[in-house]
Amino acid sequence: MSFEKFVFWVFALILVFAAFRVITVRNPVHAALHLVLAFFTSAGLWMLMEAEFLAITLVLVYVGAVMVLFLFVVMMLDINVSPLKEGFISYLPVGATVAGLIIFEMAMLVGDRYFGLDKVAAPIARPADYSNTRELGSVLYTQYVYPFEIAAVILLVAIIAAIALTMRRREGTKHQDPAKQVLVKRNDRLKIIKMDAEKGE
Amino acid sequence: MTFDMTEFMPLLPEIWVLSMTCVVLILDLFLRDSNRVVTYWLAQVTVVGALGMSVAVSGSESQVVLSGTFVADPMATLLKSFIYIVTFGAFVYARDYLRVRDLFKGEFYVLGLFGMLGMMVMVSAHNFLTIYLGLELLSLSLYALVAFSRDDARATEAAMKYFVLGALASGMLLYGISMVYGLTGSLDISVVATAIAGQGEQDIVLIFALTFIILGLAFKLGAVPFHMWLPDVYQGAPTVVTLYLGSAPKIAAFAMTMRLLAEALGGLQADWSGMLSILAVLSLALGNIVAIAQTNLKRMLAYSTISHVGFLLLGLLAGTGEGYSAAMFYTLTYAIMALGGFGMIVLLSRAGFEAEEINDFKGLNERNPWFAGMMLLLMFSMAGVPPTVGFYAKLVVLQAVINVDMVWLALVAVFFSIIGVFYYLRLIKVMYFDPPVDSTPLVAATDFQITLSINSLAVLVLGIFPGGLMALCASAII
Amino acid sequence: MLNAILEVVLILAKIVAIMVPLMLAVAYLTFAERKIIGYMQVRIGPNRVGPRGWLQPIADAVKLVMKEVIVPTNSNRFLFIIAPMLSIGPALAAWAVIPFDAGVVLADVDAGLLYILALTSMGVYGVIIAGWAANSKYAFLGAMRSAAQIVAYEIAMGFALVGVLMGAGSLNLTDIVLAQNGSLIHWFWLPMLPLFIIYFISGVAETNRAPFDVAEGESEIVAGFHVEYSGTTFAVFFLAEYANMIMIAALTALLFAGGWLSPFQGIPFLEAAFAWVPGIFWLLAKISFFLFFFLWFRATFPRYRYDQIMRLGWKVFIPLTIVWLVVVGVAIMAELGPWFD
Repeated sequence: MSFEKFVFWVFALILVFAAFRVITVRNPVHAALHLVLAFFTSAGLWMLMEAEFLAITLVLVYVGAVMVLFLFVVMMLDINVSPLKEGFISYLPVGATVAGLIIFEMAMLVGDRYFGLDKVAAPIARPADYSNTRELGSVLYTQYVYPFEIAAVILLVAIIAAIALTMRRREGTKHQDPAKQVLVKRNDRLKIIKMDAEKGE
Repeated sequence: MTFDMTEFMPLLPEIWVLSMTCVVLILDLFLRDSNRVVTYWLAQVTVVGALGMSVAVSGSESQVVLSGTFVADPMATLLKSFIYIVTFGAFVYARDYLRVRDLFKGEFYVLGLFGMLGMMVMVSAHNFLTIYLGLELLSLSLYALVAFSRDDARATEAAMKYFVLGALASGMLLYGISMVYGLTGSLDISVVATAIAGQGEQDIVLIFALTFIILGLAFKLGAVPFHMWLPDVYQGAPTVVTLYLGSAPKIAAFAMTMRLLAEALGGLQADWSGMLSILAVLSLALGNIVAIAQTNLKRMLAYSTISHVGFLLLGLLAGTGEGYSAAMFYTLTYAIMALGGFGMIVLLSRAGFEAEEINDFKGLNERNPWFAGMMLLLMFSMAGVPPTVGFYAKLVVLQAVINVDMVWLALVAVFFSIIGVFYYLRLIKVMYFDPPVDSTPLVAATDFQITLSINSLAVLVLGIFPGGLMALCASAII
Repeated sequence: MLNAILEVVLILAKIVAIMVPLMLAVAYLTFAERKIIGYMQVRIGPNRVGPRGWLQPIADAVKLVMKEVIVPTNSNRFLFIIAPMLSIGPALAAWAVIPFDAGVVLADVDAGLLYILALTSMGVYGVIIAGWAANSKYAFLGAMRSAAQIVAYEIAMGFALVGVLMGAGSLNLTDIVLAQNGSLIHWFWLPMLPLFIIYFISGVAETNRAPFDVAEGESEIVAGFHVEYSGTTFAVFFLAEYANMIMIAALTALLFAGGWLSPFQGIPFLEAAFAWVPGIFWLLAKISFFLFFFLWFRATFPRYRYDQIMRLGWKVFIPLTIVWLVVVGVAIMAELGPWFD
């Protein structure tokens, strides 16, 4: 077994284990952390495929930002998992059927018939100075420029929607206005009162 | 790869709408509430400008640019033009409704314009990826719009339902698309079409892919049995949002179905027309029968939408050029009818009062005979009573179905349409023969009244002279 | 086979060659901090252990290692122990792509800048997990603050880096330094002055240093996320914080201040006079210069209020960086000399 293959199996096993734990573990924080692990190992797998840009972006976006926010929310929730598990048995047949169907289809599609080694050309070995990042960038900004821009617009809409639906200006909240604070004059705050000195005994 | 800037010419309307929406978005931040109407006018300028540009850049040739992701053809021009017109009407109806309810915010128009952009992208898509992205752009805007009245528990619930089920449907669609990609190795519509045509025997995985795609489409269209979200969302959303959501997006959904089924998966026509006929019959039956039991007008119109979707599917499943243009004609006229129907609800509503119930229309004739007449026209058209356009639209669809020897489908459609006439007529009876419960005079801005009148009269005019639009629809299908 | 083993040994040796000086630097950075702040506050600072206090950091390290590691009851034991490691791991791993001179780098990867950005964004996990696993209110508040703050400032930081990579046309750190070749004014600090300042301030915020140290906030939430830590586990957090500071200073030096390039480049006589100085000296000098700012900030500024931090990050830095990216883009298209011609 070559070194790459060994690393692949290690990553793949960790990935499957972590993904499995995401849905079986009881504590939601642990589930989120396992998801982080799953993202991380899949980034490792991509790295093995010499897709370093995608691998690092996966870590940067999902591990570094998305899951942090996820954890942020999950940690503050006090979820009691047991009520969620009620009715597990009654939903099991439907769930199992759907899952089985999807697995069957995936197996049909992803199997040898369409993606066998004889069907798909082996990737060309690239020289060391081949930049995956540059290639992705040039495809993204030429061939796929239109979908790429639409995706950007979708994200913009998501931001607008989130802000429009959640931001409110509450009446009567107290806040400071530093600009006003700085401009305050002595006379606004301080009153000097002349008082006669007390007469000594 | 080199880039030719002239490739961007057909995208001019899209670029215009995007830039103007961003301008509106930024400008709105600096407007006081009293000047908010500027946002409204800018939004309308954007819509009208887009209409002008679309017509200006249109040609009779089909032109595919940007590495096959965008197509400009007569169908796109026609559908886009109607999307602009319907959106324009929706914005007119929305203005005062929002204002009296303290919802008159720039975001409504910004999201509305982004939704319109999403529809434009869907209509002009020549790649599965662009179809999907356009759909998401539209859906995301709609989810937010449904929840726009954010202190209203019903609206929030409707938005939640819409969002969860919509995401599920998108997932289905995407799953189907991914299977097609796995089989053909491409997302480009023409490449997929050639690959499928070149494939000798029928592939079981392809049928699976088709099933998932149709599932996704049926959900987005609101066909039975994937209609569950529709009545709740129509009822829960603010009426002006329902109006927007129930009109123009149907045109985009029709375009998406055309692009996916007719253009890309045309080789599987025998398979999908069977699936569509089941959806069509179920939609016609359930839509028309359940609508009878409704007392809420918005819910009733939601079920009527479902039945109209059934008709639309009938036209599509014929699978002929005649059927496609009949379905297109049906969709376009339905969008106009829906716009008018919900516009009437908006007209009767006022601050603190929603004219949602059928009883709220009691004695409309005594209160305002002109608009009672307009409502009469709209309801006749929805029911399919001549000489309104609804009759002609149903007629061409049935003709297309009969021409491909599916007489039984046509009979089913006619049967359920006759059932459907009942609930439209009930509303008319309530308007003309019941005494008014509420005698508050109807107040609306002049432009609102004019638009609504034109909107309703269009139903009659198109019904008497359907030839022009029908010719356009026929020439749009090449 | 032998070659492969040799290669591994060589890499390990390189790692040791980076780590040992780094650890020493961390130790003496704590000493420098106490001394410098001492002088700023007109006192002498540590001066009892060893000559003039020079053995103070060693004594501190020994003390921390000897202390008992207390794991609170009802805490999540596994996560509690692993949190400090998650904190130090990325802080050290990022050094793999830092070039110390032309070609003197452990891993000369193509996407070095992205790699660093990804790793610095992962440092927050140590803080969050520590705060959560300790099962203590103060620690939890610290973790929450830290998460929100780091996400906010990472965006500004990322945008600042986009400016640099636009200017250099590469994500490789060596190439970025070489793109600044020429003279002092060729360095990116000048054409990207706002990005430079924003990057450095965001760096201070990312490392949870004063005045952005609300995650610790000893006057409000005792010591924030590491309130329950003691002994070695605490020492590791400490190490990570200082290693991160050095990291940010090094990056600032590489990205905006010409890395190992001599500041006398392009000046007729001085250039020749200082030609014998090795590049690494300049780099270290620049790192020390930026580190001094960290300490200076701490001695000077009062702690920001939490909402002020958020406002600064989201409403000031992010818009500013976006605007400046457009400016840089225009400058590049216009081939504005002497930087982009």
